[in-house]
Amino acid sequence: MSSPALAAPATASERKPSSVTAALAAYRVPLSILALCLLPWLLPSKALAVNVLVYGVVAVGYNLLFGYTGLLSFGHAAFFGAGAYITGIAIGQFGVPWLVAVFLGILGGGALAFIIGGLTTRTRGIYFSMVTLALAQLVYYVALQASSWTGGENGLRGFTVDKINLFGTTINFLDPINKYYVLMMFAALALWAVSRILNSPFGAAIEAIRENERRARTCGYDVEKTKLLAFTLSGLICALAGTMSALHLAFVPLDVLHYHTSGMIVMMTLLGGARSFFGPFVGALAFLLMEDVFSLWTSHWQIIVGSIFILFVLFLPRGLWGTFLEKAVR
Amino acid sequence: MTAPLLAVENVGRRFGGFVALEGVTAAFQPGKVTSIIGPNGAGKSTFFNVLSGVLTPSSGSVRFKGKDLAGVRQHEFVHLGIARSYQITNIFPELSAHENVRVAAQAGRARYNIWTNRKRFSELDDKADAALVAVGLAAKRTETAKFLAHGQQRALEIAIALTSDPQVLLLDEPTAGMGPEETRDMVALLEKLASERTILLVEHKMKMILGLSDRILVLHHGRLIADGSPRDIQTDSEVRRVYLGQNDGYA
Repeated sequence: MSSPALAAPATASERKPSSVTAALAAYRVPLSILALCLLPWLLPSKALAVNVLVYGVVAVGYNLLFGYTGLLSFGHAAFFGAGAYITGIAIGQFGVPWLVAVFLGILGGGALAFIIGGLTTRTRGIYFSMVTLALAQLVYYVALQASSWTGGENGLRGFTVDKINLFGTTINFLDPINKYYVLMMFAALALWAVSRILNSPFGAAIEAIRENERRARTCGYDVEKTKLLAFTLSGLICALAGTMSALHLAFVPLDVLHYHTSGMIVMMTLLGGARSFFGPFVGALAFLLMEDVFSLWTSHWQIIVGSIFILFVLFLPRGLWGTFLEKAVR
Repeated sequence: MTAPLLAVENVGRRFGGFVALEGVTAAFQPGKVTSIIGPNGAGKSTFFNVLSGVLTPSSGSVRFKGKDLAGVRQHEFVHLGIARSYQITNIFPELSAHENVRVAAQAGRARYNIWTNRKRFSELDDKADAALVAVGLAAKRTETAKFLAHGQQRALEIAIALTSDPQVLLLDEPTAGMGPEETRDMVALLEKLASERTILLVEHKMKMILGLSDRILVLHHGRLIADGSPRDIQTDSEVRRVYLGQNDGYA
Protein backbone atom coordinates (compact mmCIF):
# COMPACT_ATOMS: atom_id res chain seq x y z
CA MET A 1 0.00 0.00 0.00
CA SER A 2 2.22 2.76 -1.18
CA SER A 3 -0.39 4.85 -2.94
CA PRO A 4 -0.81 8.54 -2.12
CA ALA A 5 -3.72 7.89 0.22
CA LEU A 6 -1.55 6.05 2.69
CA ALA A 7 1.56 8.11 2.11
CA ALA A 8 2.94 10.25 4.89
CA PRO A 9 1.11 13.29 6.09
CA ALA A 10 3.45 16.27 5.82
CA THR A 11 3.75 16.70 9.58
CA ALA A 12 7.15 15.95 10.99
CA SER A 13 6.65 13.40 13.70
CA GLU A 14 9.72 11.33 12.98
CA ARG A 15 11.49 10.31 16.14
CA LYS A 16 15.06 11.38 15.80
CA PRO A 17 16.68 11.46 19.22
CA SER A 18 19.62 13.83 19.41
CA SER A 19 23.10 12.41 19.68
CA VAL A 20 23.25 13.55 23.33
CA THR A 21 20.09 11.65 24.23
CA ALA A 22 21.35 8.60 22.38
CA ALA A 23 24.70 8.75 24.21
CA LEU A 24 22.94 9.18 27.56
CA ALA A 25 20.85 6.11 26.81
CA ALA A 26 23.74 3.99 25.57
CA TYR A 27 25.98 4.78 28.54
CA ARG A 28 23.28 5.09 31.17
CA VAL A 29 24.85 2.60 33.56
CA PRO A 30 28.42 3.98 33.65
CA LEU A 31 27.07 7.54 33.73
CA SER A 32 24.72 6.71 36.60
CA ILE A 33 27.55 5.09 38.53
CA LEU A 34 29.76 8.12 37.91
CA ALA A 35 26.98 10.31 39.34
CA LEU A 36 26.77 8.05 42.38
CA CYS A 37 30.53 8.27 42.92
CA LEU A 38 30.30 12.06 43.11
CA LEU A 39 27.11 12.18 45.17
CA PRO A 40 28.49 12.13 48.76
CA TRP A 41 30.71 15.15 47.96
CA LEU A 42 27.78 17.16 46.66
CA LEU A 43 25.32 16.58 49.49
CA PRO A 44 25.25 18.24 52.93
CA SER A 45 25.81 14.95 54.79
CA LYS A 46 27.14 11.50 54.07
CA ALA A 47 24.16 9.92 55.84
CA LEU A 48 21.85 11.70 53.40
CA ALA A 49 23.93 10.35 50.52
CA VAL A 50 23.47 6.78 51.79
CA ASN A 51 19.74 7.41 52.11
CA VAL A 52 19.59 8.61 48.51
CA LEU A 53 21.39 5.43 47.50
CA VAL A 54 18.92 3.22 49.37
CA TYR A 55 15.76 4.97 48.20
CA GLY A 56 17.17 5.48 44.72
CA VAL A 57 17.48 1.71 44.37
CA VAL A 58 13.95 1.16 45.72
CA ALA A 59 12.54 3.68 43.28
CA VAL A 60 14.45 2.22 40.30
CA GLY A 61 13.26 -1.26 41.25
CA TYR A 62 9.71 -0.04 41.72
CA ASN A 63 9.83 1.73 38.36
CA LEU A 64 10.44 -1.56 36.59
CA LEU A 65 6.87 -2.40 37.56
CA PHE A 66 5.28 1.06 37.57
CA GLY A 67 6.97 2.96 34.74
CA TYR A 68 7.76 0.09 32.42
CA THR A 69 5.05 -2.53 33.03
CA GLY A 70 2.38 0.04 33.88
CA LEU A 71 1.27 -1.47 37.20
CA LEU A 72 0.66 0.93 40.09
CA SER A 73 1.56 -1.04 43.21
CA PHE A 74 0.90 0.52 46.61
CA GLY A 75 2.59 -2.33 48.42
CA HIS A 76 6.27 -2.18 47.66
CA ALA A 77 7.14 -1.32 51.26
CA ALA A 78 6.56 -5.04 51.94
CA PHE A 79 9.54 -6.14 49.81
CA PHE A 80 11.75 -3.31 50.98
CA GLY A 81 10.89 -4.12 54.58
CA ALA A 82 11.22 -7.87 54.08
CA GLY A 83 14.74 -7.41 52.76
CA ALA A 84 15.64 -5.23 55.73
CA TYR A 85 14.12 -7.50 58.38
CA ILE A 86 15.49 -10.73 56.95
CA THR A 87 19.01 -9.28 56.77
CA GLY A 88 18.74 -7.91 60.31
CA ILE A 89 17.38 -11.13 61.77
CA ALA A 90 19.92 -13.25 59.91
CA ILE A 91 22.84 -11.22 61.27
CA GLY A 92 21.49 -10.43 64.75
CA GLN A 93 19.84 -13.71 65.70
CA PHE A 94 21.69 -16.29 63.63
CA GLY A 95 25.12 -14.73 63.31
CA VAL A 96 25.10 -15.14 59.54
CA PRO A 97 27.96 -13.34 57.70
CA TRP A 98 26.76 -9.99 56.37
CA LEU A 99 27.12 -10.83 52.68
CA VAL A 100 25.13 -14.05 53.09
CA ALA A 101 22.52 -12.07 55.03
CA VAL A 102 22.25 -9.66 52.10
CA PHE A 103 21.55 -12.54 49.74
CA LEU A 104 19.01 -14.03 52.15
CA GLY A 105 17.29 -10.65 52.34
CA ILE A 106 17.12 -10.35 48.55
CA LEU A 107 15.84 -13.90 48.13
CA GLY A 108 13.30 -13.58 50.95
CA GLY A 109 11.96 -10.28 49.63
CA GLY A 110 11.86 -11.73 46.13
CA ALA A 111 9.95 -14.80 47.35
CA LEU A 112 7.43 -12.54 49.09
CA ALA A 113 7.07 -10.56 45.86
CA PHE A 114 6.46 -13.78 43.96
CA ILE A 115 3.67 -14.72 46.37
CA ILE A 116 2.04 -11.29 46.51
CA GLY A 117 2.55 -10.90 42.76
CA GLY A 118 0.87 -14.24 42.15
CA LEU A 119 -2.14 -13.07 44.15
CA THR A 120 -2.36 -9.58 42.62
CA THR A 121 -1.21 -9.54 38.99
CA ARG A 122 -4.44 -11.11 37.80
CA THR A 123 -6.33 -8.05 38.98
CA ARG A 124 -6.27 -4.79 37.07
CA GLY A 125 -6.23 -1.06 37.55
CA ILE A 126 -7.42 0.25 40.89
CA TYR A 127 -8.09 -3.29 42.15
CA PHE A 128 -4.46 -4.18 41.65
CA SER A 129 -3.38 -1.10 43.62
CA MET A 130 -5.82 -1.84 46.43
CA VAL A 131 -4.93 -5.52 46.75
CA THR A 132 -1.19 -4.77 46.84
CA LEU A 133 -1.88 -2.18 49.54
CA ALA A 134 -3.97 -4.62 51.57
CA LEU A 135 -1.44 -7.45 51.36
CA ALA A 136 1.43 -5.12 52.27
CA GLN A 137 -0.53 -4.00 55.33
CA LEU A 138 -0.97 -7.65 56.20
CA VAL A 139 2.82 -8.01 56.15
CA TYR A 140 3.05 -4.91 58.37
CA TYR A 141 0.75 -6.41 60.99
CA VAL A 142 2.54 -9.75 60.88
CA ALA A 143 5.80 -7.91 61.64
CA LEU A 144 4.08 -5.97 64.41
CA GLN A 145 2.76 -9.15 66.04
CA ALA A 146 5.86 -11.29 65.59
CA SER A 147 7.73 -9.08 68.01
CA SER A 148 10.06 -11.79 69.31
CA TRP A 149 11.55 -11.89 65.81
CA THR A 150 11.08 -8.33 64.63
CA GLY A 151 11.09 -6.29 67.82
CA GLY A 152 7.52 -5.23 67.10
CA GLU A 153 6.87 -1.53 67.49
CA ASN A 154 10.38 -0.85 68.74
CA GLY A 155 11.92 -2.07 65.54
CA LEU A 156 14.75 -4.49 65.09
CA ARG A 157 18.11 -3.73 66.69
CA GLY A 158 21.30 -5.48 67.69
CA PHE A 159 22.88 -6.42 64.41
CA THR A 160 25.46 -3.69 63.94
CA VAL A 161 27.94 -4.50 61.23
CA ASP A 162 31.09 -2.61 62.16
CA LYS A 163 33.77 -4.33 60.09
CA ILE A 164 33.42 -6.11 56.84
CA ASN A 165 35.82 -8.21 54.84
CA LEU A 166 35.75 -7.48 51.18
CA PHE A 167 38.28 -8.58 48.58
CA GLY A 168 40.69 -9.68 51.29
CA THR A 169 40.77 -6.38 53.16
CA THR A 170 38.96 -5.38 56.32
CA ILE A 171 36.89 -2.26 55.96
CA ASN A 172 35.64 -0.13 58.84
CA PHE A 173 31.94 -0.04 58.02
CA LEU A 174 31.18 2.62 60.63
CA ASP A 175 33.08 5.19 58.60
CA PRO A 176 30.38 6.94 56.52
CA ILE A 177 32.48 7.19 53.37
CA ASN A 178 33.44 3.51 53.47
CA LYS A 179 29.83 2.64 54.11
CA TYR A 180 28.69 4.74 51.18
CA TYR A 181 31.07 3.20 48.68
CA VAL A 182 30.41 -0.36 49.82
CA LEU A 183 26.67 0.14 49.51
CA MET A 184 27.20 1.96 46.23
CA MET A 185 28.57 -1.26 44.75
CA PHE A 186 25.22 -2.89 45.44
CA ALA A 187 23.40 0.08 43.95
CA ALA A 188 25.62 -0.12 40.87
CA LEU A 189 24.83 -3.82 40.51
CA ALA A 190 21.12 -3.08 40.81
CA LEU A 191 21.27 -0.34 38.17
CA TRP A 192 23.23 -2.59 35.84
CA ALA A 193 20.74 -5.44 36.34
CA VAL A 194 17.72 -3.20 35.75
CA SER A 195 19.34 -1.73 32.66
CA ARG A 196 19.97 -5.20 31.26
CA ILE A 197 16.39 -6.24 31.99
CA LEU A 198 15.06 -3.15 30.22
CA ASN A 199 17.28 -3.84 27.18
CA SER A 200 16.25 -7.49 27.01
CA PRO A 201 13.40 -9.01 25.00
CA PHE A 202 11.51 -9.19 28.30
CA GLY A 203 11.92 -5.42 28.60
CA ALA A 204 10.17 -5.05 25.25
CA ALA A 205 7.42 -7.42 26.36
CA ILE A 206 6.58 -5.48 29.53
CA GLU A 207 6.47 -2.21 27.59
CA ALA A 208 4.12 -3.85 25.11
CA ILE A 209 1.86 -4.88 27.99
CA ARG A 210 1.94 -1.34 29.39
CA GLU A 211 1.08 0.07 25.97
CA ASN A 212 -1.74 -2.30 25.12
CA GLU A 213 -2.41 -5.39 27.18
CA ARG A 214 -4.95 -6.88 24.79
CA ARG A 215 -2.68 -6.49 21.77
CA ALA A 216 0.24 -7.99 23.71
CA ARG A 217 -1.89 -11.01 24.55
CA THR A 218 -3.03 -11.35 20.94
CA CYS A 219 0.63 -11.19 19.86
CA GLY A 220 1.27 -14.28 21.95
CA TYR A 221 2.53 -12.95 25.28
CA ASP A 222 1.29 -14.68 28.42
CA VAL A 223 0.33 -11.41 30.11
CA GLU A 224 -0.20 -12.87 33.61
CA LYS A 225 3.09 -14.74 33.64
CA THR A 226 5.00 -11.74 32.27
CA LYS A 227 3.48 -9.42 34.88
CA LEU A 228 4.32 -11.86 37.65
CA LEU A 229 7.94 -12.03 36.50
CA ALA A 230 8.12 -8.22 36.35
CA PHE A 231 6.58 -7.99 39.81
CA THR A 232 9.08 -10.48 41.22
CA LEU A 233 12.11 -8.80 39.62
CA SER A 234 10.91 -5.46 40.93
CA GLY A 235 10.49 -6.99 44.39
CA LEU A 236 14.03 -8.42 44.27
CA ILE A 237 15.53 -5.00 43.58
CA CYS A 238 13.43 -3.40 46.33
CA ALA A 239 14.49 -6.14 48.75
CA LEU A 240 18.13 -5.40 47.92
CA ALA A 241 17.48 -1.77 48.85
CA GLY A 242 15.97 -3.01 52.10
CA THR A 243 19.09 -4.96 52.98
CA MET A 244 21.17 -1.86 52.19
CA SER A 245 18.97 0.15 54.52
CA ALA A 246 19.39 -2.40 57.31
CA LEU A 247 23.18 -2.39 56.96
CA HIS A 248 23.22 1.40 56.84
CA LEU A 249 21.07 2.08 59.91
CA ALA A 250 21.92 -1.07 61.91
CA PHE A 251 18.25 -0.78 62.77
CA VAL A 252 14.98 -1.69 61.08
CA PRO A 253 12.12 0.56 62.16
CA LEU A 254 8.65 -0.98 61.83
CA ASP A 255 7.81 2.04 59.65
CA VAL A 256 9.67 0.56 56.67
CA LEU A 257 6.69 -1.73 56.20
CA HIS A 258 4.08 0.98 56.63
CA TYR A 259 2.06 2.17 53.64
CA HIS A 260 3.67 5.58 54.08
CA THR A 261 6.83 3.98 52.74
CA SER A 262 4.95 2.56 49.75
CA GLY A 263 3.49 5.99 49.08
CA MET A 264 6.88 7.62 49.36
CA ILE A 265 8.31 5.21 46.78
CA VAL A 266 5.49 6.14 44.36
CA MET A 267 6.10 9.85 44.99
CA MET A 268 9.84 9.59 44.42
CA THR A 269 9.32 7.72 41.17
CA LEU A 270 6.80 10.23 39.85
CA LEU A 271 8.86 13.17 41.00
CA GLY A 272 11.89 11.96 39.07
CA GLY A 273 10.06 10.62 36.03
CA ALA A 274 8.52 7.19 35.69
CA ARG A 275 9.34 6.62 32.04
CA SER A 276 13.07 7.09 32.38
CA PHE A 277 15.80 4.80 33.62
CA PHE A 278 17.54 7.21 36.02
CA GLY A 279 14.50 9.39 36.80
CA PRO A 280 13.45 7.48 39.95
CA PHE A 281 16.93 7.93 41.38
CA VAL A 282 16.74 11.67 40.74
CA GLY A 283 13.30 11.61 42.34
CA ALA A 284 14.64 9.95 45.48
CA LEU A 285 17.40 12.55 45.65
CA ALA A 286 14.94 15.43 45.22
CA PHE A 287 12.50 14.03 47.76
CA LEU A 288 15.14 13.42 50.43
CA LEU A 289 16.79 16.80 49.82
CA MET A 290 13.44 18.54 50.23
CA GLU A 291 12.78 16.58 53.39
CA ASP A 292 16.22 17.50 54.68
CA VAL A 293 15.83 21.21 53.95
CA PHE A 294 12.18 21.77 54.81
CA SER A 295 12.24 19.73 58.00
CA LEU A 296 14.80 22.22 59.34
CA TRP A 297 12.23 24.98 58.93
CA THR A 298 9.07 23.26 60.01
CA SER A 299 7.85 19.97 61.39
CA HIS A 300 5.08 20.20 58.78
CA TRP A 301 7.53 19.69 55.92
CA GLN A 302 5.23 17.11 54.36
CA ILE A 303 2.77 19.87 53.46
CA ILE A 304 5.42 21.57 51.36
CA VAL A 305 6.74 18.38 49.78
CA GLY A 306 3.17 17.23 49.10
CA SER A 307 2.27 20.51 47.42
CA ILE A 308 5.37 20.37 45.23
CA PHE A 309 4.48 16.78 44.35
CA ILE A 310 0.98 17.83 43.26
CA LEU A 311 2.42 20.61 41.11
CA PHE A 312 4.73 18.10 39.47
CA VAL A 313 1.95 15.67 38.67
CA LEU A 314 -0.13 18.49 37.21
CA PHE A 315 2.49 20.42 35.28
CA LEU A 316 5.52 18.18 34.78
CA PRO A 317 4.11 14.70 34.29
CA ARG A 318 7.46 13.48 32.96
CA GLY A 319 9.11 14.34 36.26
CA LEU A 320 12.38 16.13 36.89
CA TRP A 321 14.64 13.86 34.91
CA GLY A 322 12.14 13.15 32.14
CA THR A 323 11.57 16.86 31.61
CA PHE A 324 15.30 17.50 31.66
CA LEU A 325 15.86 14.86 28.99
CA GLU A 326 13.07 16.31 26.90
CA LYS A 327 13.80 20.04 27.20
CA ALA A 328 17.42 20.65 28.06
CA VAL A 329 19.11 17.92 26.10
CA ARG A 330 17.18 17.97 22.86
CA MET B 1 -10.97 -32.14 -1.04
CA THR B 2 -8.22 -31.54 1.48
CA ALA B 3 -8.79 -31.70 5.22
CA PRO B 4 -10.09 -28.42 6.60
CA LEU B 5 -7.56 -26.14 8.26
CA LEU B 6 -10.09 -24.74 10.69
CA ALA B 7 -13.39 -26.35 11.57
CA VAL B 8 -16.15 -25.25 13.91
CA GLU B 9 -18.80 -27.71 14.91
CA ASN B 10 -22.11 -26.79 16.40
CA VAL B 11 -20.53 -23.83 18.21
CA GLY B 12 -22.65 -21.77 20.57
CA ARG B 13 -21.95 -18.94 22.98
CA ARG B 14 -24.23 -17.57 25.65
CA PHE B 15 -23.90 -14.46 27.78
CA GLY B 16 -26.22 -15.18 30.69
CA GLY B 17 -29.60 -15.64 29.08
CA PHE B 18 -28.59 -14.03 25.82
CA VAL B 19 -27.67 -16.38 23.01
CA ALA B 20 -25.03 -14.67 20.88
CA LEU B 21 -24.16 -17.68 18.78
CA GLU B 22 -25.92 -21.00 18.31
CA GLY B 23 -25.24 -24.17 16.38
CA VAL B 24 -22.72 -22.77 13.91
CA THR B 25 -20.96 -25.42 11.84
CA ALA B 26 -18.46 -24.58 9.14
CA ALA B 27 -15.09 -25.72 7.82
CA PHE B 28 -12.45 -23.54 6.24
CA GLN B 29 -10.04 -24.74 3.55
CA PRO B 30 -6.53 -23.40 3.19
CA GLY B 31 -5.90 -20.45 0.92
CA LYS B 32 -9.36 -18.99 0.64
CA VAL B 33 -10.97 -15.71 1.59
CA THR B 34 -14.17 -16.17 3.55
CA SER B 35 -16.27 -13.21 4.60
CA ILE B 36 -18.68 -13.23 7.49
CA ILE B 37 -21.56 -10.83 7.16
CA GLY B 38 -24.77 -10.15 8.97
CA PRO B 39 -26.74 -7.27 10.47
CA ASN B 40 -25.53 -5.59 13.67
CA GLY B 41 -25.75 -7.97 16.61
CA ALA B 42 -25.75 -11.02 14.38
CA GLY B 43 -22.89 -12.61 16.30
CA LYS B 44 -20.02 -11.87 13.91
CA SER B 45 -17.71 -10.49 16.56
CA THR B 46 -18.62 -13.28 18.98
CA PHE B 47 -17.82 -15.79 16.25
CA PHE B 48 -14.43 -14.14 15.69
CA ASN B 49 -13.73 -14.01 19.40
CA VAL B 50 -14.45 -17.73 19.67
CA LEU B 51 -12.16 -18.46 16.71
CA SER B 52 -9.31 -16.42 18.22
CA GLY B 53 -9.62 -17.64 21.80
CA VAL B 54 -10.87 -14.38 23.28
CA LEU B 55 -14.05 -16.24 24.26
CA THR B 56 -14.49 -19.92 24.92
CA PRO B 57 -17.52 -21.47 23.28
CA SER B 58 -20.39 -22.44 25.60
CA SER B 59 -21.02 -25.46 23.43
CA GLY B 60 -19.53 -27.19 20.41
CA SER B 61 -15.92 -27.36 19.37
CA VAL B 62 -13.32 -25.52 17.33
CA ARG B 63 -10.61 -27.55 15.64
CA PHE B 64 -7.45 -26.28 14.03
CA LYS B 65 -5.51 -28.76 11.90
CA GLY B 66 -7.49 -31.50 13.64
CA LYS B 67 -6.56 -30.33 17.15
CA ASP B 68 -9.39 -29.41 19.50
CA LEU B 69 -8.78 -25.88 20.77
CA ALA B 70 -10.73 -26.35 24.02
CA GLY B 71 -8.52 -25.30 26.93
CA VAL B 72 -6.02 -23.47 24.72
CA ARG B 73 -5.40 -20.02 26.18
CA GLN B 74 -5.76 -16.92 24.08
CA HIS B 75 -2.10 -16.04 23.86
CA GLU B 76 -1.30 -19.51 22.53
CA PHE B 77 -3.51 -19.14 19.44
CA VAL B 78 -0.96 -17.05 17.59
CA HIS B 79 1.74 -19.63 18.27
CA LEU B 80 -0.50 -22.32 16.75
CA GLY B 81 -0.98 -20.21 13.61
CA ILE B 82 -4.14 -18.15 14.14
CA ALA B 83 -3.61 -14.39 14.21
CA ARG B 84 -6.18 -11.59 14.24
CA SER B 85 -6.83 -7.89 14.01
CA TYR B 86 -9.50 -5.98 15.87
CA GLN B 87 -12.41 -3.85 14.76
CA ILE B 88 -11.09 -0.88 16.73
CA THR B 89 -7.46 -0.26 15.87
CA ASN B 90 -5.33 -2.13 18.34
CA ILE B 91 -1.66 -1.22 18.21
CA PHE B 92 1.06 -0.05 20.61
CA PRO B 93 0.53 3.73 20.34
CA GLU B 94 3.76 5.02 21.89
CA LEU B 95 6.10 2.68 20.02
CA SER B 96 7.45 3.29 16.53
CA ALA B 97 5.97 1.33 13.63
CA HIS B 98 9.04 -0.86 13.57
CA GLU B 99 8.96 -1.46 17.33
CA ASN B 100 5.26 -2.38 17.08
CA VAL B 101 5.98 -5.11 14.59
CA ARG B 102 9.25 -6.17 16.18
CA VAL B 103 7.74 -6.80 19.61
CA ALA B 104 5.05 -8.87 17.93
CA ALA B 105 7.67 -10.90 16.07
CA GLN B 106 9.60 -11.33 19.30
CA ALA B 107 6.68 -13.13 20.95
CA GLY B 108 7.44 -16.19 18.86
CA ARG B 109 11.14 -16.12 19.72
CA ALA B 110 11.93 -14.74 23.19
CA ARG B 111 9.31 -13.93 25.80
CA TYR B 112 11.06 -14.41 29.12
CA ASN B 113 14.69 -13.68 28.28
CA ILE B 114 15.59 -10.98 30.81
CA TRP B 115 19.33 -10.80 30.21
CA THR B 116 20.35 -10.80 26.53
CA ASN B 117 20.38 -7.47 24.75
CA ARG B 118 17.42 -7.51 22.41
CA LYS B 119 19.55 -5.99 19.64
CA ARG B 120 21.23 -9.37 19.34
CA PHE B 121 18.03 -10.86 17.97
CA SER B 122 18.70 -9.18 14.63
CA GLU B 123 16.57 -11.67 12.73
CA LEU B 124 13.57 -10.04 14.42
CA ASP B 125 14.49 -6.71 12.84
CA ASP B 126 14.52 -8.35 9.43
CA LYS B 127 11.21 -10.04 10.11
CA ALA B 128 9.68 -6.76 11.28
CA ASP B 129 10.97 -4.91 8.23
CA ALA B 130 9.61 -7.60 5.94
CA ALA B 131 6.17 -7.27 7.53
CA LEU B 132 6.27 -3.49 7.16
CA VAL B 133 7.24 -3.85 3.50
CA ALA B 134 4.41 -6.34 2.97
CA VAL B 135 1.79 -3.82 4.10
CA GLY B 136 3.50 -0.83 2.45
CA LEU B 137 4.70 0.90 5.59
CA ALA B 138 8.45 0.62 5.03
CA ALA B 139 8.78 4.40 4.76
CA LYS B 140 7.06 4.86 8.15
CA ARG B 141 9.50 2.61 9.99
CA THR B 142 10.60 5.08 12.68
CA GLU B 143 7.36 6.98 13.06
CA THR B 144 5.49 6.76 16.36
CA ALA B 145 2.41 4.63 15.77
CA LYS B 146 -0.08 7.10 17.24
CA PHE B 147 0.97 9.73 14.68
CA LEU B 148 0.24 7.48 11.70
CA ALA B 149 -2.84 8.10 9.57
CA HIS B 150 -5.85 5.91 10.32
CA GLY B 151 -5.37 3.72 7.25
CA GLN B 152 -1.71 3.29 8.09
CA GLN B 153 -2.58 2.22 11.63
CA ARG B 154 -4.96 -0.40 10.22
CA ALA B 155 -2.18 -1.63 7.94
CA LEU B 156 0.23 -1.64 10.88
CA GLU B 157 -2.12 -3.87 12.82
CA ILE B 158 -2.15 -6.31 9.92
CA ALA B 159 1.66 -6.18 9.85
CA ILE B 160 1.64 -7.05 13.56
CA ALA B 161 -0.58 -10.05 12.82
CA LEU B 162 1.61 -11.11 9.89
CA THR B 163 4.83 -11.38 11.92
CA SER B 164 3.75 -14.73 13.34
CA ASP B 165 3.40 -15.98 9.75
CA PRO B 166 -0.11 -17.21 10.52
CA GLN B 167 -1.91 -19.83 8.50
CA VAL B 168 -5.24 -18.29 9.40
CA LEU B 169 -5.67 -14.54 9.51
CA LEU B 170 -8.84 -13.21 11.14
CA LEU B 171 -9.55 -9.60 10.18
CA ASP B 172 -12.34 -7.78 11.96
CA GLU B 173 -13.48 -4.98 9.64
CA PRO B 174 -10.06 -4.06 8.26
CA THR B 175 -11.53 -1.11 6.35
CA ALA B 176 -13.59 0.31 9.24
CA GLY B 177 -13.54 4.09 9.15
CA MET B 178 -11.64 4.23 5.87
CA GLY B 179 -12.35 6.42 2.89
CA PRO B 180 -12.68 5.01 -0.63
CA GLU B 181 -8.99 5.39 -1.49
CA GLU B 182 -7.73 3.80 1.68
CA THR B 183 -10.27 1.01 1.23
CA ARG B 184 -9.01 0.35 -2.28
CA ASP B 185 -5.45 0.04 -1.00
CA MET B 186 -6.56 -2.31 1.77
CA VAL B 187 -8.38 -4.52 -0.73
CA ALA B 188 -5.24 -4.70 -2.84
CA LEU B 189 -3.28 -5.71 0.26
CA LEU B 190 -5.84 -8.37 1.21
CA GLU B 191 -5.78 -9.82 -2.30
CA LYS B 192 -2.02 -10.08 -2.09
CA LEU B 193 -2.16 -11.74 1.34
CA ALA B 194 -4.91 -14.14 0.27
CA SER B 195 -2.61 -15.86 -2.19
CA GLU B 196 -0.58 -17.26 0.69
CA ARG B 197 -2.91 -17.82 3.60
CA THR B 198 -6.46 -18.41 4.75
CA ILE B 199 -8.28 -15.21 5.50
CA LEU B 200 -11.53 -14.77 7.40
CA LEU B 201 -13.06 -11.36 7.21
CA VAL B 202 -15.84 -9.52 8.97
CA GLU B 203 -16.96 -6.66 6.77
CA HIS B 204 -19.84 -4.34 6.05
CA LYS B 205 -18.76 -3.01 2.68
CA MET B 206 -20.79 -5.28 0.42
CA LYS B 207 -19.17 -4.37 -2.88
CA MET B 208 -15.74 -5.06 -1.49
CA ILE B 209 -16.79 -8.42 -0.04
CA LEU B 210 -18.40 -9.64 -3.23
CA GLY B 211 -15.25 -8.95 -5.23
CA LEU B 212 -12.80 -10.30 -2.70
CA SER B 213 -14.41 -13.38 -1.18
CA ASP B 214 -14.37 -16.96 -2.36
CA ARG B 215 -17.12 -17.71 0.10
CA ILE B 216 -19.53 -15.83 2.33
CA LEU B 217 -21.15 -16.86 5.61
CA VAL B 218 -24.24 -15.00 6.73
CA LEU B 219 -25.10 -14.83 10.42
CA HIS B 220 -28.43 -13.67 11.77
CA HIS B 221 -29.40 -13.70 15.45
CA GLY B 222 -26.41 -15.92 16.17
CA ARG B 223 -27.33 -18.55 13.61
CA LEU B 224 -25.71 -19.37 10.31
CA ILE B 225 -28.43 -18.78 7.73
CA ALA B 226 -26.41 -19.02 4.53
CA ASP B 227 -23.04 -20.32 3.41
CA GLY B 228 -21.92 -20.17 -0.18
CA SER B 229 -20.21 -18.36 -3.02
CA PRO B 230 -20.86 -14.63 -3.43
CA ARG B 231 -23.20 -15.44 -6.31
CA ASP B 232 -25.24 -17.86 -4.17
CA ILE B 233 -25.48 -15.37 -1.36
CA GLN B 234 -26.61 -12.58 -3.66
CA THR B 235 -29.50 -14.64 -4.88
CA ASP B 236 -30.44 -16.22 -1.55
CA SER B 237 -33.94 -15.11 -0.64
CA GLU B 238 -33.46 -15.61 3.13
CA VAL B 239 -30.35 -13.42 3.09
CA ARG B 240 -32.18 -10.72 1.17
CA ARG B 241 -35.01 -10.86 3.67
CA VAL B 242 -32.90 -10.42 6.82
CA TYR B 243 -30.34 -8.16 5.29
CA LEU B 244 -32.73 -5.75 3.70
CA GLY B 245 -35.32 -6.07 6.42
CA GLN B 246 -38.15 -6.60 3.93
CA ASN B 247 -40.30 -9.46 2.86
CA ASP B 248 -41.67 -8.23 -0.41
CA GLY B 249 -40.62 -6.14 -3.29
CA TYR B 250 -37.58 -8.19 -4.19
CA ALA B 251 -37.65 -10.87 -6.72
